[in-house]
Amino acid sequence: MRLFKIKKSNLFPFLRGLEGFGELWGPVRKGEKVVYARAKPEEFDLKALRTMIPAKKFLLPPKFTSLKFRESRWEDDYRPKRKVVFGLHPCGIHALNIYHRFYTRLYSDPYYERAKEATLIVGLSCVPDEYCFCYATGTSTVNEGFDLFLTDLGDRLLVWVGSPKGEESLKLVGKYLEDVEQKDISDYVAWRKRRDAAFKLKVDLDGMPEIVSFSYDSPVWEKMGKACLSCGTCTMVCPTCTCFDLEDEYDLKRDEMHRQRFWYSCVFREYSMVAGGHNFREARSERLKLWYTHKLVGFMSEYGAPACVGCSRCVVSCPVGINVVSVVRALRNERTAALWTKMEVSDA
Amino acid sequence: MHEILYQQDNPYMPERARIVRKYDLTRDVRFFQVRLCNPDKVFPVTSTYSPGQFMMISLPYVGEAPFSITSTPSRPGLFEFCIRKVGRLTSRLFELEENDFIWLRGPFGNGFPVESMIGKDLLFVAGGLGAAPLRSLLLYALDNRDLFGKLFYLHGARTPADMLFREEFFQLKQRKDFQCYLTVDQDPEGNWPFDKGVVTSLFKYVKVNPKNTAAVVCGPPVMYKYVVQEFIKLGIPDANIYMTLERKMKCGMGKCGQCVVGHKYVCVDGPVFTLWDVKNIKGLI
Repeated sequence: MRLFKIKKSNLFPFLRGLEGFGELWGPVRKGEKVVYARAKPEEFDLKALRTMIPAKKFLLPPKFTSLKFRESRWEDDYRPKRKVVFGLHPCGIHALNIYHRFYTRLYSDPYYERAKEATLIVGLSCVPDEYCFCYATGTSTVNEGFDLFLTDLGDRLLVWVGSPKGEESLKLVGKYLEDVEQKDISDYVAWRKRRDAAFKLKVDLDGMPEIVSFSYDSPVWEKMGKACLSCGTCTMVCPTCTCFDLEDEYDLKRDEMHRQRFWYSCVFREYSMVAGGHNFREARSERLKLWYTHKLVGFMSEYGAPACVGCSRCVVSCPVGINVVSVVRALRNERTAALWTKMEVSDA
Repeated sequence: MHEILYQQDNPYMPERARIVRKYDLTRDVRFFQVRLCNPDKVFPVTSTYSPGQFMMISLPYVGEAPFSITSTPSRPGLFEFCIRKVGRLTSRLFELEENDFIWLRGPFGNGFPVESMIGKDLLFVAGGLGAAPLRSLLLYALDNRDLFGKLFYLHGARTPADMLFREEFFQLKQRKDFQCYLTVDQDPEGNWPFDKGVVTSLFKYVKVNPKNTAAVVCGPPVMYKYVVQEFIKLGIPDANIYMTLERKMKCGMGKCGQCVVGHKYVCVDGPVFTLWDVKNIKGLI
């Protein structure tokens, strides 16, 4: 266990020092939303909870050139920039752990590996708002997956080192580090207690794998399918969504072909359509069912935990209120205020 | 050093191959024999895959798609594919000549569990293009004939002109150690010498020991239900009934997610599934 503390007044110099590793990115407020942006430490919103797009964008960008084809040869020159990503909360780090297990199992994804190597994850503690439900998914605290993790205790922050890369990076900011005392630990314990009492949203994911499986023919899916806009927002904002598509784009200027890799969504109609036009999931309800089966059943059987980390991005993003909370409640026959459950949608 | 590793370690990097031979099997299905251009890879790659696996065929500017390998690892050196002209990539493939290049990745997928089929009777049922992946296992079994019990192969096509590998099967029918039955739905020219009717009508010829039989089916989606009913009637257990499925795939490695069904990735957990899997995982068929 490697634990230090820094004075709150030293936080900005501490973060500036870490820039020795690479570009500094963190949560910055833009209008009503918060986004991860490259900025000075003073511009970071330290109280921000969920960014619009999760930190997965640092490990596999929404769109990038995976391969080039020029002069009859394939080339792979993808070299992600070195970045310090500040402000990930425990849910976000859990999501990255899911990402890691997913992308390194069987065939390890080289693009992910390179970005992972080039990224320094600096976590930050948080206090939940009315949407957070990470306590229900068991992701409200982390033990691994970060390089450094900062816990805000008011006038000082605890600095927990989580990896050799994190330990190495501390050489850049060694002058700000102080040893922890017993008082710091007891303050931390008190902070944990306050934080754990702050959750407001009640949702129970217990039993979800089999309840989702047993509910395969439930009318809930049909109702949801009628309200769903197939916009794909849920999959873009979900920190554990991994699907992508590959498309060849011709670059006229350079006379070369770029095989573009970009985020893709299982709620899109073309997702399961094969050549010849057969679509294995023509109905929107079928595609939503796939998403929820994958999140709440699939990962459970593969990794022993659901692929939901309770960040509530789907809760604040879906225009018709289809999200983990409302779906779980509907499958449990509980009342929910979600828009989709009240919508009367015609078949037209 | 790093640069070289990046190029070699990337499983998304396609490998160049040459079309050494091509000819039409039917009006819209063409047979391709291809050889990897890197001589060091030819033997290791073409002798070690499992029947039932697939490869990603890549054409720059067009894209990439999965295709069943129709050749057998027991005859290494070349990969064979049986491709129907149906979409963008396949249309472009049909414009290529012998000696042109294509690019390959793979082989991917679980393939048939050949080891667990050893000592059993094998019953193949192919419909239309379904003959492509089954031919791989069939040739493997014929090349290693001593390892298996009785061999039954039932193949249905719409018309004689639509039957894949027609000449090859006419020749194989001569073998005494192999029961091959061919049928067509219609015979417009009236010179088909064998059975007529749907493929399930050929089950009357099948004489296997059901408790010790591996049954394999591949064909158009509508066929599965009826063929599986026949397997069950014979008394073959669910776990010994295999089917190989089709899905859209972009990576072949369980990453892109487009072939996902429930929590299974058809590209790594399949494309070969048992009847039990199909019953257990909703949406597979």
